[in-house]
Amino acid sequence: MKELKILAVVVFFTLLTYWGVEPYAHSVMHKHVESKDFKYEDLKPLKKRGDAKRGAETFVNAGCTGCHGVQAANIPAPMDPISAAASFGVNPPDLSNAGALYDEKFLAALIKNPAHALKVEHKFTEGRQHPMPGFYGVGGDMEQEVADIVAYLKSISKNIEEITPKMAFEDACGRCHAVHYEKWTQIGEKPKFKHEKDELLFDAKVLDYQDYLTKYMGKLPPDLSMYIRSRGEHYISTFMEDPQALLPGTSMPRVGVNKEAAEKVVEYLQDSGDLKRDERDSVGVIVMFYLFVFAFLAYLWKQSIWKELH
Amino acid sequence: MAQFEKANSLHEWLDQRLAIDTLERVLAKEYWIPKNINFLWAMGMVLAFTFGILLVSGIFLLMYYQPNVKLAFDSVNYTIMREVEFGWLWRHVHAVAASVVFLIIYIHMFTGIYYGSYKKGREMIWISGMLLFVTFSAEAFSGYMLPWGQMSYWAGMVITNLFSVGSLELNGLVEWIRGDYVPGQAFLDRFFMLHVLLLPLAILGLIGLHFGALRIPHVNNQDGEEIDFEAEAAKYKAGNKKEAKVIAFKPDFLSKDMFVLSVFLIFFFYLVFWHYSFAMDPINFDPADPMKTPPHIYPEWYFLWSYEILRPFPKDPGLVAFGIAQVIFFLIPFLDRSPNVAPAVRRGKFNIWFWVMLVDVIVLTVMGKLPPEGIFSTIGLVATVVFFALWISLPFITKNEKAV
Ligand code: HEC
Ligand code: HEC
Ligand code: HEM
Repeated sequence: MKELKILAVVVFFTLLTYWGVEPYAHSVMHKHVESKDFKYEDLKPLKKRGDAKRGAETFVNAGCTGCHGVQAANIPAPMDPISAAASFGVNPPDLSNAGALYDEKFLAALIKNPAHALKVEHKFTEGRQHPMPGFYGVGGDMEQEVADIVAYLKSISKNIEEITPKMAFEDACGRCHAVHYEKWTQIGEKPKFKHEKDELLFDAKVLDYQDYLTKYMGKLPPDLSMYIRSRGEHYISTFMEDPQALLPGTSMPRVGVNKEAAEKVVEYLQDSGDLKRDERDSVGVIVMFYLFVFAFLAYLWKQSIWKELH
Repeated sequence: MAQFEKANSLHEWLDQRLAIDTLERVLAKEYWIPKNINFLWAMGMVLAFTFGILLVSGIFLLMYYQPNVKLAFDSVNYTIMREVEFGWLWRHVHAVAASVVFLIIYIHMFTGIYYGSYKKGREMIWISGMLLFVTFSAEAFSGYMLPWGQMSYWAGMVITNLFSVGSLELNGLVEWIRGDYVPGQAFLDRFFMLHVLLLPLAILGLIGLHFGALRIPHVNNQDGEEIDFEAEAAKYKAGNKKEAKVIAFKPDFLSKDMFVLSVFLIFFFYLVFWHYSFAMDPINFDPADPMKTPPHIYPEWYFLWSYEILRPFPKDPGLVAFGIAQVIFFLIPFLDRSPNVAPAVRRGKFNIWFWVMLVDVIVLTVMGKLPPEGIFSTIGLVATVVFFALWISLPFITKNEKAV
């Protein structure tokens, strides 16, 4: 069949061009980092088994509640987001679900040395201190005390299955990143206002917060509304796991989420920037079905007409 | 005034007033096409259909798009992609069609070159085709500005800068085109106007010209055979369809076009639903930011070959080379000196010329996307030199071609 041979030539050159400008060119232009499955192997595993009851006390004695609210344990945030950002550069997140969102090795390492666990030591040199102080123990075996705090955080937290993509994002990323397609600002979800004045006041607060955050981070963390389309799932996931691997020297911390939480964060960003993905698949299947029927009928029509011509 | 009798059907009524039967006969039923053609001759109809898709999907997008630098990005990515029912579908259809139309245009062009369909009376088909190519390029570029993403902004900056014409430093001209010192509201507004009004109008007119240019010389065929259309049409009309070397546009050619079109649509909608990112550059999903230059600025894939020709040279020669590359394809009917209208495979040296040209343009395309460093810029330079060497050699290798 001559036509099939011609088709093969056309397809060959089309695919060659496609391969060159898409997969090949992108592999040259963009660094590719493989996920390490959120194992955080640079951090040491916990040596002790924690006790949640003791942990509850240690948690308070360690001063965690001086900065963090824990709604799950009815501990309100000590400051509103703007004042917190004025003091720390960023609002310390509520820890209700920290036990489910973060890897336990990471939590232990974070409590002991935040800048190290967050991989932002390059920012805190020459006597500059990370706003969250390291924990040096409250008198007993420090390893035990850290394990207790971690056990406590896990005990108050919801199960990871109960945590929605929205909750995961707000706790892990929401203090730094706005997502205006989901109405999320760094100080919380933007409500609907009856009066324009109230809305302007709210916006002004967000701007205040962003000013502090910009000073702390060196730049304003970007609004992530469309990042699922501009960066893709793989990039966002590996970037979360280790920002330094993709943007060496960046001020974004390694947030320390575990694999399940990371998937939820990605899902949240998909809802923001690619909301209709399921509809796309289902409509796609219907359209394809229609087209195959159409092609079949077109083929029959052509055959019936060309029978007389050959 | 003519005599009008009472019509017995709507068809008759229309025929009395618009002569639709005569129109159908002249334009379709007795519009003769050679029988000896393959599916590549359906690409013209595929192009016309894809242009239709672009027009319809564009009209839907236009109902929600906001040509304003503050609103454009969100009107596309939020309103159309999230709020409007099936807005995402129209947008993906429009974006993928804009990219795929160039694939088909290139196939259509190289088909024309391969079969020598640009000479012996077919020069105006070719020239009107090239005018369509240039207008489509402008249409695609202006459309690319509209979402006001990072690539819109920076490609707009880079391409309009070309109009300063190197050392001539015509900065006034660049500002005149942009309506401002840098791309901004005035820039977006005028590209919006070009994209939704002026250029589509020009394309419609040019498609008319292109179709008109086909009428007298008729389309070519797989062997470049000169057909006596009147004699062959007489055979066909006498019922001797098997022996006639021609077929009627309707229904014979149309039935084949439909089948090719249906296969094309399967491919097209597969891309729309599951493989669209080649047509919607990820970087353009970052909103335009005049303070932040993206690390790699490149045009859409269909402009890459000419972009690559611009790059390896210093500013002025680069621009001259780029300018020549833009128009050189217009000249092929005059640079090809051979009287043969035949498939390249029977034309000796021209066959080599054809395949080297095809591969060279693909190499240029790939190098145009890669960063211009090390081995890539060397390959790009070689391919550029080959490109011009091919055009310079064309009159010489075709001049003494043996008649086939
Ligand atoms: C002086 C205030 C302060 C104290 C005390 C404090 N934190 Fe923090 N914490 C912060 C700030 C500020 C951040 C946000 C840091 C950032 O994003 O750069 C933070 C972040 C965190 C995070 C989120 C880290 C991540 O990966 O996103 C956790 C979990 C956390 N703190 C737990 C604790 C625990 C447990 C204690 C008690 C041992 C504690 N914090 C004590 C200020 C504090
Ligand atoms: C303490 C503040 C902070 C937190 C918490 C944070 N980020 Fe970031 N993020 C930043 C900053 C600052 C940047 C800008 C980095 C740069 O350009 O160097 C950034 C950049 C990014 C980028 C863009 C990277 C690029 O290629 O430009 C992505 C994606 C991102 N963050 C995702 C996340 C996700 C997902 C989370 C939650 C799991 C998160 N961030 C939590 C501060 C933060
Ligand atoms: C979107 C724009 C275009 C449309 C809608 C279009 C449409 C058509 C149609 C319907 C035909 C007749 C059927 C066929 O041979 O395919 C045709 C033929 C032709 N077109 Fe185009 N065309 C377009 C662009 C171009 C371009 C860019 C060129 C090249 C510069 C070109 C060159 C030709 C030639 C040479 C023929 C004659 C083919 C032959 O005689 O065998 N066209 N075009």
